[in-house]
Amino acid sequence: MSKLKYYIPVISFFALALVLWRGLYLDPKELPSMLIDKPMPPFALTTVAGSEVANEDLPDQIFLLNVWGSYCLPCLIEHPTLMRLSEEGDIPVVGVNYRDRQDLAVDWLEDNGNPFAFSILDEDGRFGIDLGVYGAPETYLVDENGVIRFRHVSVLDESVWEEEFVPAIAELRGESFGNE
Amino acid sequence: MNSKNRRLRSASILQALTPIFVLLLTMANAPGAIAQVDTFEFESPQQQQRFRKLSNEFRCPMCQNTNLTGSTGGVAEDLRREIHRMITEGMSDTEIEQFMFERYGDFIFYRPRLRAETILLWFGPPVFLLIGGFVALGISRRARRAGEENTELDDKQQARLKDLLGSKL
Repeated sequence: MSKLKYYIPVISFFALALVLWRGLYLDPKELPSMLIDKPMPPFALTTVAGSEVANEDLPDQIFLLNVWGSYCLPCLIEHPTLMRLSEEGDIPVVGVNYRDRQDLAVDWLEDNGNPFAFSILDEDGRFGIDLGVYGAPETYLVDENGVIRFRHVSVLDESVWEEEFVPAIAELRGESFGNE
Repeated sequence: MNSKNRRLRSASILQALTPIFVLLLTMANAPGAIAQVDTFEFESPQQQQRFRKLSNEFRCPMCQNTNLTGSTGGVAEDLRREIHRMITEGMSDTEIEQFMFERYGDFIFYRPRLRAETILLWFGPPVFLLIGGFVALGISRRARRAGEENTELDDKQQARLKDLLGSKL
């Protein structure tokens, strides 16, 4: 029993070392979202195409909400993935055109292709603040009840899609299947 | 000769200190001077004061390690505008802090709120200090007690010591 005492410093050293070691691999740029399991904030804006849009226009199935801008270079990197998802049509992609200009956004979609069912125009970033956005690109996973379930900050490429979104979506679909 | 020497020495000290002075001056000016280019109008100096205090205390979520005042980031610009709007609409500091917390979480505060999730952050260091203090106190107490104990050798031990040392002497 008294021998055990001598191991306390060693054990606490390794415990602390483990915690700090893990900390080395955390990405300080990836902040947890405050909106997980919260409903989409209310909005009444226009789309990039110019029509009015509000919460009830959102898809009534699981969808992606992708925050983008014509100035955003990483958005070009994830663009092929969004295009593929949109072509496959399994999950709708809604855009939030964040802190951009409408004419530039229209041009960007014409030049690069439009993966979005529609893009909510958030020129002054006010809707972005309600979402807790701090920079494009960000992608939210929203369920069929309009509740935000997952957020990914920065580029959504194929490996992020496979590793983070596919399991998250499978879990959500399993849940709603179980409820039926 | 002597006075020239002294003058030389004080000159070189000044020279050595100059960068430090410059650094201090820059630091003194830092919070307001770096980045904020937008201008806001307020109804009263108190409102302006509150705006300054709040945007100094919120951390920019994009350019981390900068407050909202010092950041040129897009989201910082938007958040400053929101703070201005909320102040002129008559919201209290607590309400504005709540607004920020609901959207950006504890990260937005340079001084995180006291909550279950932040309790370790607030009390961890003093608790560890206390534990360390108790351990140190225990060790020094035991050492003192050991020092007070009778350390004289009895005859048998004395003889053995002499025997051990004898071969070396």
